[in-house]
Amino acid sequence: MVNPPNSNANPNAATSATASASPLPSAPLLSVRGLAIRYGAKVALQGVDIDIRPNEIFGIIGPANAGKTSFLRAINRMDEFVPSMRVDGNITFAGRDVRTIRNLYALRSHIGVVFPLPVGLPLSIFDNVALSPRLRGRRQKADLEEIVERCLRRAALWDEVKDRLQTLGSLLSGGQQQRLTIARALSQDPELLLLDEFSIAVDPVTTMRIEEVLKELRQELTIVLVTNLVQQARRLAARTAFFLGGRCIEIAATEDLFSGGAKDQRTIDYLEGRFG
Amino acid sequence: MAPSPLTGEPASAGQPPWAKALDHRDRGWWSDFAARTIVWLGGMSAILFIAAIFLFIATQGLEFMRHRLDIGAMLTGARWEPTVEPPVYGALPLIAGTAWITGVAMLIAIPLAFGAAIYIGEFARGKQREWLKIGIEMLAAIPSVVWGVIGLHVMKPIIQDVFGVQVGLNVLNAGIILGLMAAPIMATIAEDALKAVPDSYREAAEALGATRWQVVWKVVLPHARPGLSAAVLLGIGRAFGETIAVLMASGHRLMVPESIFDSAATLTATIAAELGEAAVGGDHYQMLFVLGLLLFVITFTINLLADWLVRGRRKSA
Repeated sequence: MVNPPNSNANPNAATSATASASPLPSAPLLSVRGLAIRYGAKVALQGVDIDIRPNEIFGIIGPANAGKTSFLRAINRMDEFVPSMRVDGNITFAGRDVRTIRNLYALRSHIGVVFPLPVGLPLSIFDNVALSPRLRGRRQKADLEEIVERCLRRAALWDEVKDRLQTLGSLLSGGQQQRLTIARALSQDPELLLLDEFSIAVDPVTTMRIEEVLKELRQELTIVLVTNLVQQARRLAARTAFFLGGRCIEIAATEDLFSGGAKDQRTIDYLEGRFG
Repeated sequence: MAPSPLTGEPASAGQPPWAKALDHRDRGWWSDFAARTIVWLGGMSAILFIAAIFLFIATQGLEFMRHRLDIGAMLTGARWEPTVEPPVYGALPLIAGTAWITGVAMLIAIPLAFGAAIYIGEFARGKQREWLKIGIEMLAAIPSVVWGVIGLHVMKPIIQDVFGVQVGLNVLNAGIILGLMAAPIMATIAEDALKAVPDSYREAAEALGATRWQVVWKVVLPHARPGLSAAVLLGIGRAFGETIAVLMASGHRLMVPESIFDSAATLTATIAAELGEAAVGGDHYQMLFVLGLLLFVITFTINLLADWLVRGRRKSA
């Protein structure tokens, strides 16, 4: 779908049931056309068309092997790390084709990613979060301290680590490393945040705290949320796509999907927990 | 036009202000480009040097090899008599000498190196482990001429006494010396291979009640096998290419050895001993380069094999 470029972004529409009825916001931040991803001869994803609007939270749900993670990897060109991975089709970010972008590193620095398995880099907690600002030339200590504290607070980790910011990030527990990874992704001040099952190792209470933060962040950035918890998509996403077996089955306003408006029988079955 | 959510400035359609960075190659991009080019040159130089060395060796012996050498007879000829008239260039004594000595060296080096690697990697703890590692690294740094002297003056009388043989400089002596030389390097590489096995594997196996040795035997060694094979092959390459120590310890007798108590000569030692005396460009000189080519081909094969073992395993894993 192509959105008319006029009309104001409406961040508050995201969780309301009227999201689909509200006027479409400005030109899509991310636009995907005819995306196909292969690993060698195996097709992971095909025929995907998605537009993601600025300042929305876009959910992607679906069982394992549906192609959700491959989709995220294609967006910021992480396919370079998998030699057999081939990406066809068009992905446009901020009006630029990511295949031919002049500065790939600038693209990646505008897109934050949280992978499902936490990756605490072998640096101190402080340096983990300060890495991205430093890479982009921020040197002022006070500056960095402010960024680190803000990002750690948003990731609901600050209270647990504020007294030991100099210990190694890789020594934190799994759930803490996951939140450290989220803080690090936020520290790069991304325009687009890709979350791949961020709550996989995080306890429910902390998950709720992070979800609250994500709702606030919608003012500043756009989020693509891949999740195995369909209720999480319902809580956060304005629109949700259902992936199954390498295809995008359906994209709709989240509330429509959950209130019985799904058009495809497979989506209904998945949402009702009959498989996956 | 929608206002940019960050700055409140009006943005042109699909063109938020920050997006300009995507079209602009900044300093980071260019320093990445420069660094990439420099390391690319480094990588390419390896290929360049190996090709240049191969070409040099090949061209030096090419004329003789093409016109006056029967390669089949050279490989199977049992007499190496380059200075008698007419000269005979049978390389079998040298090939056999190399094979014998390398074989004995590996029989000694493999158990030593793997024993050391497994002890250091799986059993030793704390200070002891650190000291052992330092010791092995120092052993690996001993110059080969020192090993040659040990063969000449220490191993020779010991072998004569223990086995009651006349000649103490023989295949056994050179094999022991080479084995001791190759073992530290092999142990270091083998220990790296063991260290690369994730601790979670050990924990998972120990949680099942496996003894330490069972963990090592059933879990660690199978997982580390490609690395261990590479260690063996690199050790073979080391033993195979060694020159001065083997020249001093082997007795350098230009005949096919019939037992480990016979003196023998290797390809490398023969080149080192004779190249200075051969007239540049003459048949003998060119023949020595043909031997060099043979060495090159064998070492190359061993290294390719090592590479293939490591890679092949990685693919299937």
